[in-house]
Amino acid sequence: MPTLTYRDALNQALREEMQRDAYVFLMGEEVGVYQGAYKVSRGLLEEFGPTRVVDTPIAELGFAGIGVGAAMAGLRPVIEFMTWNFAVLALDQIVNSAAKLLYESGGQFPIPIVFRGPNGAALQLGAQHSQAWESWLSHIPGLKVVAPATPADAKGLLKSAIRDNNPVIVLEGEMLYNTKGEVPEGEYVVPIGRADVKRAGRDVTLICHSKTVAVALKAAEQLAEQEGVSAEVVDLRSLRPLDEAAITASVAKTNRAVVVEEGWPHCGIGAQVVDVIQREAFDHLDAPVLRVTQADVPMPYNRQLERLAKPSPDKVVAAARRVLYLD
Amino acid sequence: MAAKVFMEALSPTMEEGRLVKWHKQEGDAVKVGETLAEVETDKAVMDLIARADGVLRQVAVTDGQTVPVGSVVAVIAAPGEDVSSPVTTPAAVTSVSGKRETGNVGLATTAAPVAVSPAQVVSGADATHVKASPLAKRMAKEAGVDLKLVTGSGPGGRVVRRDLETAGRVEKGEVRSVAASAAVQRSEPLPSPVSPVAARSGGAYEDVPLTQIRKTIAKRLATSLGPIPHFFLTTEVDMERAAEARDALNRQLGDRGKVSFNDIIVKATALALTKHRACNAWFQEDHIRYWNEVHLGMAVAVEDGLITPVIRNADLKPLLEIGQEAKQLADKARSRRLQPSEYTGATFSVSNLGMFDIDQFTAVINPPEAGIIAVGSIAPKPVVWDGQVVPRRRMRITMSCDHRVIDGATGAAFLRTLKEMLENPLAMLL
Repeated sequence: MPTLTYRDALNQALREEMQRDAYVFLMGEEVGVYQGAYKVSRGLLEEFGPTRVVDTPIAELGFAGIGVGAAMAGLRPVIEFMTWNFAVLALDQIVNSAAKLLYESGGQFPIPIVFRGPNGAALQLGAQHSQAWESWLSHIPGLKVVAPATPADAKGLLKSAIRDNNPVIVLEGEMLYNTKGEVPEGEYVVPIGRADVKRAGRDVTLICHSKTVAVALKAAEQLAEQEGVSAEVVDLRSLRPLDEAAITASVAKTNRAVVVEEGWPHCGIGAQVVDVIQREAFDHLDAPVLRVTQADVPMPYNRQLERLAKPSPDKVVAAARRVLYLD
Repeated sequence: MAAKVFMEALSPTMEEGRLVKWHKQEGDAVKVGETLAEVETDKAVMDLIARADGVLRQVAVTDGQTVPVGSVVAVIAAPGEDVSSPVTTPAAVTSVSGKRETGNVGLATTAAPVAVSPAQVVSGADATHVKASPLAKRMAKEAGVDLKLVTGSGPGGRVVRRDLETAGRVEKGEVRSVAASAAVQRSEPLPSPVSPVAARSGGAYEDVPLTQIRKTIAKRLATSLGPIPHFFLTTEVDMERAAEARDALNRQLGDRGKVSFNDIIVKATALALTKHRACNAWFQEDHIRYWNEVHLGMAVAVEDGLITPVIRNADLKPLLEIGQEAKQLADKARSRRLQPSEYTGATFSVSNLGMFDIDQFTAVINPPEAGIIAVGSIAPKPVVWDGQVVPRRRMRITMSCDHRVIDGATGAAFLRTLKEMLENPLAMLL
């Protein structure tokens, strides 16, 4: 299997889907001539021309709305936001138009659109540019939300997202674009709504998605080395719909769980996961479920404070020790 | 696959059960739903039902033996199935609860060994709640282990999986030894509970082990008069017009039934409660539950104790129906056949000792209810009526109130309404 970066895996997905379906087009700030702020659209303008790779002004609400209109007219737009922090300006189109038109038109207008871009904190970008938006977006009926952690999942999920007839949010990561991983050759997709066990284990389940998958895998290594604990790492991959069966099956096996996410604790993705666990796996629980999240503060700019505010392998190990009653 | 037969929790407060009598013997074929045995709970004698088809094997508890809820009492296996793996031996809490120990002054050396009492096994003040993870509870149930016998290593003594895994062997050993010592002292088990009223036996005293119902009474009432700040309100009620109403109703009913004073008191109490919701309440530690429905508990004396069957929605029922239901419940209580649903959930209670010629008494609140009224006898008394001393039938009622829920004036207002209804039964129609 070839090894690719996350950025090139996304690039492959876009190219393959644009080759496959002439109705697919890409639109956003700097996606054409500059080939993307993070070079995800490298070579696409050259191959598909300016009618299918469209540079826009700095006007998120405007080009998100054009995308929704194009989808109503039968095209399959992929809207790139330079970051999800800027997409806040387009929430009216995402939440009020894209998510609701199928419902409000009595089924007459499916909106097959993809909104994608990097989500969550990178390094020292400050409070306004370091936010994780998944709990906001996953809250909305009518949207699907995926958050791939690996190049293979990024390619497979972006392809599924483009082919889906509903609005799909694809949450990428600035710190993920350069990460490498094996990507299967040839045609393949990853279905939306399926979690993936990234590491099998017996004693405790670490539930994570996107950038926190790497955090959880590192914590699992530490737990194995330092404590002899066998941790299972479950990558949610899709946040809406959520793979409740996979969560339940893993907790039924290990009897304990720690949920890790980049977002803030209050009303976070982890709160939803804990709801699933208490409802579906109550009789399997040997300890209350714990969560590791960003500290409940705007992201600090100071490098050390930022590091302390983020979820880390050490915090996950500490939480795992508590649910295992090792402290 | 062999199915274990557990001592089941057949009442909400049951912690142990006495196997009164096996209906099926070792080797008998049994079907789902058939009665395997009669079990005396803390409240009544109930049926233990087969939950699997097969043959009854490995009967581990004999008639008369008491074991904790969750203990394995037998196994139901397929015919010819190998069930050689040992069934967890139940912890016999008391060998035979009906057994009496007789003491003679001067013959103390012959004192029989004392049966292991639950208090020696259970640690901690609150014996009814065991902190355990959901998983540990499920594992304990499946293994037939009593969680109260397991020491929890989690926060606040929570029993967690490892406690059942690591302590499992040790625990089973302990349980076995307790059972063994109990078995040694077992002798002449009596098949049914006996009245504690002892015949003259010649000894200076007689020790009678507590029956399940006495244990429950002891435990329940000790949570009442001690912790609950009681106060008492007494009033005397003129019963002339109630008596006239009763006589008139009974004349009209003829053979169709009889209305008793007790029925009238129950009905009046229920109606008065609908007008004084503050007294129709449960104290729930961090909140007070004010009931919109009225379910009246009615204290009934039974052999060896008392129990309070419940007349549900007593405010909505006609007098005759209250009378019939009260009689049925009392009969069932005396034959110990009340179902748990028939003696739980009262919102207020009535205790009537009028028939025993008691003038007045105070009753002990049945928590979490906030009040109970104690009804004395109806007797003619000289009273001043329209300036004349005349004989009139009078009755004293005393209300016990939980001061955490009911204040003096609140209780007094309820009692005044009740008195008005009894003194002028037509007021019940208002």
